[in-house]
Amino acid sequence: MKRFLPWIALLALTSVPMWLKDPYLLNAFVTTGIFIVAAMSLNLLLGYTGQLSLGHVAFFGIGAYTSALVSLGFDVELVGGFRVIHEPWPVWLGFIMAILVSGLCGYIVGKLSFRVRGAYFVIVTISFAEVVRLVALNWVELTQGPLALTSIPPMALGLPGLGYFEFFSKQSNFYLVLGVVALSYVIISRLVNSRIGRAMVALKENESLAVSVGIDVTRYLVLAAVVSAGIAGAAGSLYAHYLKIIDPDVFLFLYTVTMVIMVISGGKGTLAGPIVGGLIFGFIPVVARSFAAPEIQWILYGLFMILIVFVLPQGIVPAIEKWFGVGEEPGVPGAAAAKIQDAR
Amino acid sequence: MINMLILGSTYALLGIGLTLIFGIMRVVNFAHGELYAFGAYFVYFIAVLLGFNFFLSLLISIVAGGILGALIEVILLRPMRGADIDTTMLIMIGAMIVMQNTEQYIWGGVAKSVSTPFPEMPLVIGPFSVSWLRLFVFFAALALIAAAYFLINRTKLGKAMRATFQDRDTASLMGVNIQAIYMATFAIGSSLAAAAGALLGPVYVVSPQMGNIASLKAFAIVILGGLGSIGGATIGGFILAFAEEMGAGYVSSGYRDAMGFLLIIAVLLFKPTGLFARSERIG
Repeated sequence: MKRFLPWIALLALTSVPMWLKDPYLLNAFVTTGIFIVAAMSLNLLLGYTGQLSLGHVAFFGIGAYTSALVSLGFDVELVGGFRVIHEPWPVWLGFIMAILVSGLCGYIVGKLSFRVRGAYFVIVTISFAEVVRLVALNWVELTQGPLALTSIPPMALGLPGLGYFEFFSKQSNFYLVLGVVALSYVIISRLVNSRIGRAMVALKENESLAVSVGIDVTRYLVLAAVVSAGIAGAAGSLYAHYLKIIDPDVFLFLYTVTMVIMVISGGKGTLAGPIVGGLIFGFIPVVARSFAAPEIQWILYGLFMILIVFVLPQGIVPAIEKWFGVGEEPGVPGAAAAKIQDAR
Repeated sequence: MINMLILGSTYALLGIGLTLIFGIMRVVNFAHGELYAFGAYFVYFIAVLLGFNFFLSLLISIVAGGILGALIEVILLRPMRGADIDTTMLIMIGAMIVMQNTEQYIWGGVAKSVSTPFPEMPLVIGPFSVSWLRLFVFFAALALIAAAYFLINRTKLGKAMRATFQDRDTASLMGVNIQAIYMATFAIGSSLAAAAGALLGPVYVVSPQMGNIASLKAFAIVILGGLGSIGGATIGGFILAFAEEMGAGYVSSGYRDAMGFLLIIAVLLFKPTGLFARSERIG
């Protein structure tokens, strides 16, 4: 039963645009889906390696800006009169570039910041995101600063023999985002169920033990950061080409908070967690907007966040699994050691 | 230059409050900046809307900040004692969102300014001129920093706080009431943040977003100075103010706020224990 659950969920979601015609709700589905992709990528770091990155929005925003700039073209003068002119490229290349550039940034940030742990790691990652936000705000020649990048073309795919398809409507974007969610799910589940994934979990549960049996902790952490940043970059690219306008606000701390709360409420370290948490937190504003001012919505959001941490610190998915008795093996003593043995 | 000293002294207040909470309770207080904003709004509320004396309003808002801090500690943090650092951090982020939006809801998004009883004419000493308000803010902040030092190093409560920082269990065995110490720590830290807001509010303007950047700056100061080091936080405050003025002056004013973050990244990469902490201790 458990094996087929993802397929049933996918099938159910595929049918949504066929009966849901309200554009506002469809829009909520698309943006929620994009944030679910970002939350899934965060879950790889937070849930599987146990590192809380509060600068994750940086990779999302870098992906959004990279993709937009690659497909719009730019003309900037760097230090020393060196001029870079970039002609517009097809949008799907922008999407690929977004993944590559974000992944590269993930590599650099990972290499540097995994020297520290805990609260220090959190603060380094926030600082990184804020620096990137300020660059996006102030490098007006490249990013238009607060004026925002506008008229970003919609996502488009050229298929040999089938012509060129532009994702313009909300329906087509829904399927595009659903496809990326499914693909990310497959990539992450393959990764965490491999030897690499077991090494990640081992170092989350007992880092010094993992080191002592010869697991190269930094290497696995950096690998997780690269994959995670790449997927977040893909989400950012989808966001830019869906909204068709981005400004430095894509780097807001609140977006990181949104991703974190999606992961925590759904259940960190579970594959379905970010999806369940994402659907809940993606639709809270939809429900709340009918009766509350934006500030009140945010207050509810904050209160709900505190409540979740108090009542369900492990998240919704593990709680449901426990309820139905279909959970993974309970944490018996020595399980961490066994996993570490396995990872070798 | 004068501006730098004023900023530095209020940053030091922010930093000392955060380093106390972080050092003793191991809580990464994301709501610290909101207590700073709370202090500023409270002065606005009492001095401008209720028409109280300016100095009395400052005092009241510092006390109110302490009370709010104690409430947050008892309601949100006490039930979570023993939870890991990420869990309390998430709770404080939730508290931050609630507080910031409550401010926005009550006061609206428009920035407010607080009028003061100081004369408009600046004080001129030789080639320098400085407004009376700024001079007052600087000395008031210094006095509060001195008071915090006195409290930590010379009083019985301070001694108990330092003991708790060094070894919680032993302190508890020696008869220190840990719960009370935690509440006092959070209340003192919060009132210092509120004091910083109350003092800077009249110098600049009061807006709901002011807390955002203040939290992150406070983190920068604490990391610069080293975890739990009050002396470090004081110097860290001045270093951050200096770096910001330099960044604004020589790079671009748009990158003023980036200086703090670049400092954080640089310090953590090259000297993770902070610039002034030999080892983890307080006092």
